[in-house]
Amino acid sequence: MGKDTPKNNHNNTSKNQLGSVSSLEGEQGGLSIREFLDQDQRKDLLRLLTAGSVDDGKSTLIGRLMFDSKMLYEDQLAALERDSKRVGHAGEDIDYALLLDGLKAEREQGITIDVAYRYFSTAKRKFIIADTPGHEQYTRNMITGGSTANLAIILIDARHGVITQTKRHTYLASLLGIKHVVVAINKMDLVDFRQEVFEKIRKDYETFVAQLDIPDIHYIPLSALKGDNVVETSERTPWYHGNSLLEFLETVHISSDRNFTDLRYPVQFVLRPDIKFRGFSTSVASGIIKKGDDILVLPSLKTSKVKSIVSYDGELDYAFPPQSVTVTLEDEIDISRGDMIVHPDNRPRVERHFEAMLVWMDENEMDLSTPFYIKHANNNTKAKIDQVRYKVDVNTLEKSNIENFKLNEIGRVVITTTKPLFFDPYTQNRQTGSFILIDPVTHNTCAVGMIIDKLGSKNLPSRITDTDKETIAKGKSLVTIAERQKKLNQKGETIWITGLHGSGKNELAFSLEKKLFENGATVVLLDGSSLRMGLNKELDFSPADRAEHLRRVAHISKMLNDQGIITICSFISRNNSLRKQIAQIIGEERFHLLYMDATMEYCKNNKPELYEKAEKDEIENLPGIDLEYEKPGDATLVLKPEENEINIDRILDYISANKIFPVH
Amino acid sequence: MKEYSLTNLRELEAEAIHIIREVAAEFENPVMLYSIGKDSSVMVRLAEKAFYPGKVPFPLMHIDSKWKFKEMVEFRDNYAKEKGWDLIVHYNKEGFKKGIGPFTHGSKVHTDVMKTQALLAGLNKYKFDAAFGGARRDEEKSRAKERIFSFRDKFHQWDPKNQRPELWNIYNAKVHKGESIRVFPISNWTELDIWQYIRLENIPIVPLYYAKKRPIVDIDGSLIMVDDERMPKELRDKAQMRKVRFRTLGCYPLTGAVESEADTIEKIVEEMMTVTVSERTTRVIDFDQEASMEQKKREGYF
Repeated sequence: MGKDTPKNNHNNTSKNQLGSVSSLEGEQGGLSIREFLDQDQRKDLLRLLTAGSVDDGKSTLIGRLMFDSKMLYEDQLAALERDSKRVGHAGEDIDYALLLDGLKAEREQGITIDVAYRYFSTAKRKFIIADTPGHEQYTRNMITGGSTANLAIILIDARHGVITQTKRHTYLASLLGIKHVVVAINKMDLVDFRQEVFEKIRKDYETFVAQLDIPDIHYIPLSALKGDNVVETSERTPWYHGNSLLEFLETVHISSDRNFTDLRYPVQFVLRPDIKFRGFSTSVASGIIKKGDDILVLPSLKTSKVKSIVSYDGELDYAFPPQSVTVTLEDEIDISRGDMIVHPDNRPRVERHFEAMLVWMDENEMDLSTPFYIKHANNNTKAKIDQVRYKVDVNTLEKSNIENFKLNEIGRVVITTTKPLFFDPYTQNRQTGSFILIDPVTHNTCAVGMIIDKLGSKNLPSRITDTDKETIAKGKSLVTIAERQKKLNQKGETIWITGLHGSGKNELAFSLEKKLFENGATVVLLDGSSLRMGLNKELDFSPADRAEHLRRVAHISKMLNDQGIITICSFISRNNSLRKQIAQIIGEERFHLLYMDATMEYCKNNKPELYEKAEKDEIENLPGIDLEYEKPGDATLVLKPEENEINIDRILDYISANKIFPVH
Repeated sequence: MKEYSLTNLRELEAEAIHIIREVAAEFENPVMLYSIGKDSSVMVRLAEKAFYPGKVPFPLMHIDSKWKFKEMVEFRDNYAKEKGWDLIVHYNKEGFKKGIGPFTHGSKVHTDVMKTQALLAGLNKYKFDAAFGGARRDEEKSRAKERIFSFRDKFHQWDPKNQRPELWNIYNAKVHKGESIRVFPISNWTELDIWQYIRLENIPIVPLYYAKKRPIVDIDGSLIMVDDERMPKELRDKAQMRKVRFRTLGCYPLTGAVESEADTIEKIVEEMMTVTVSERTTRVIDFDQEASMEQKKREGYF
């Protein structure tokens, strides 16, 4: 390639920084070096990812950008010329790619195999390039390089158009939430700079990219090798009216890409230099934190105000991402690393169960039984992968069912953590939607994830049935249920009472237990507070944990019923699907649903403290308040708390009539 | 809407502070390696910023090869004293007793014994589980690929083919006993950024960075300053006073000066913007063998 290359045209640009200094001095009557430097250090930073294979001329393009912006130093050039003759792949021309392939072994292979970071700057911006390879086995590296990128350059060889690899790179860019993509259609010199080639590729790409979420896409015809449209717009593409690549990179607007709406201040370090000072340090993940703001701390739900925002350079009135600051609060509140400061009216999800897109980065394949470490927003805890929903083929975007992931595989999973995480969906917040999984034995970063959202309420019960079907099928005793029932003179069945907090379920349940006991029945009562004190101690009140709580209760009740014992279960059990799952575990024929139909007013009078807290947002997930309570349509008895006198008799009649136990 | 955006330098600063705090939060026994050079000066300032108004919660360690410029040692001692730093100075006593030095043993042996071995011994002695270094990715090609949290096995070795993936600003700090992490908070800074920041923040640096007339001997094209009597007499006799400054600082016989008129920070930055030679060319050790830095890093040197 490159036989007709005009001698390197790197002398025809005048973008170097010396040039800027002297011309400024000349034209504007002596801008001093001091003023120039003041101006220069105001430039901002753009992080970009380049994706494409060696064959697309990616390294050549990067080399060209660095070279033409005059940041290639003379001695690096001399070394380059020497190396080009020895191992270069570009014939007589300078092989720009050699600038970039750093490690010795890789240089011998002629490919870059890991992420390499490159730096160059112009008078307008500093650039950090994450240079990543395009080969399939190195998806891991592109993900690594792209996680902090503002922008991705996707290289396409004009001769080959949109190929599988293009799609893969674009998918990964969209998965990482990169908002700006430049489709660099390279090697235009090899197709005679024909507009129809460019337009065809553009159309093909547009068709493909429509299914992905990338808000800003630009198309530029290039010849990286010859320098066309890299730094300056080329005369050889008169039909192209857009910017050159470098002009575009210098001007693309990125500062509004961050989330400035939702304050997420994940405490990284508690600063206590002496008894008087107590500060909470971190890099602001998103949103703006201001002096005087009302704040709420997760998970304690304690509230306070921002007293000051402290920095080495003086106090600040506000701080925004990605500033690293320290705040002090008006009140003495216990806050640890991993806690999160937010605005009370704008909270993240607080959950232990969520779905995520996961990229498997480890040589060892995923093992679902591994208790991983998870690191998320300065929070360390343990996590398990509950379920693999599907795998995405990065080449075709097709989904398929799969048991586990191998290196470089991507898909959707369900994760449960030991402590709750404070998160937002990754699409809304890159900082609080991302996490890594660490292998507990090798300590390798074995997977990285982007949170989709908490587990939808529809999906929760399916967790229950999956495991339960197996359990129910197992374990048959030699003593039959019939034998036990005969001995006890009763049927082991479940009286399940549902109803809101404070509806009077428990009072009813305890009276019923006493009455049955007095009549000679063998009966066990199960209620929320006794179970949550022991067996279900680690569970909280989120919808997912409520479901798990009830799953366990159902199993206990089933075991007791299998022994011929009558159980009285008093639980809110807030919706039909949960209650249906419970009935399935216990056995629908021996599950008797009673509904304590109390008005909200009655409940509030009965349990005023609890409901007051919920109204002040001090507690969350209270059925009937911020969590829906679905009245059962299929209850065998509907009871009113006000009619407590007759309620017991009604139930006893029901028990007799159904031959569960003969009451007189 | 108000525009909330940071300049390049402030964004790099925020990133570095985040990294430094993360190490303090995640490791039991971290240390900041201090080379007295400009990059170290910047790193130390960033650490002070990270924990302001508190004190930096880990010590500094300087690996003294015993061949540093006198002005460096003087600067180090004054600086640590003035700032109240907990400073550990570690050197290879065996090597020092044997009189190992670049003039007699060559740069390779000297660097291995007095720098690499001394560093490893120092890290082992205090059982540090994390060590900050001031390396930058723009310095040298093998560094361009290194992670910010760079895992080292119990022999302090780096395996470039088996690096932990590093995403977003989430750093994997898990190590087994004996293993450690080298942490590079200024990975993403360029030499120009360093100078701009020194200017912006008014950070004190060793005076050797400023141009001044100094006694210089030209040894195979490297401009070596006569710093003490250990330089062989036949070389010392050739010394001439030349106006030079240093772009990097290390062992004086292994660090070449550049001729320069830049005697203020502004002039240095101006020079940086127009310079056509990269800074590591003034380091003699890089020329020893092809890909020599990568080799040294695999062995545990930074």
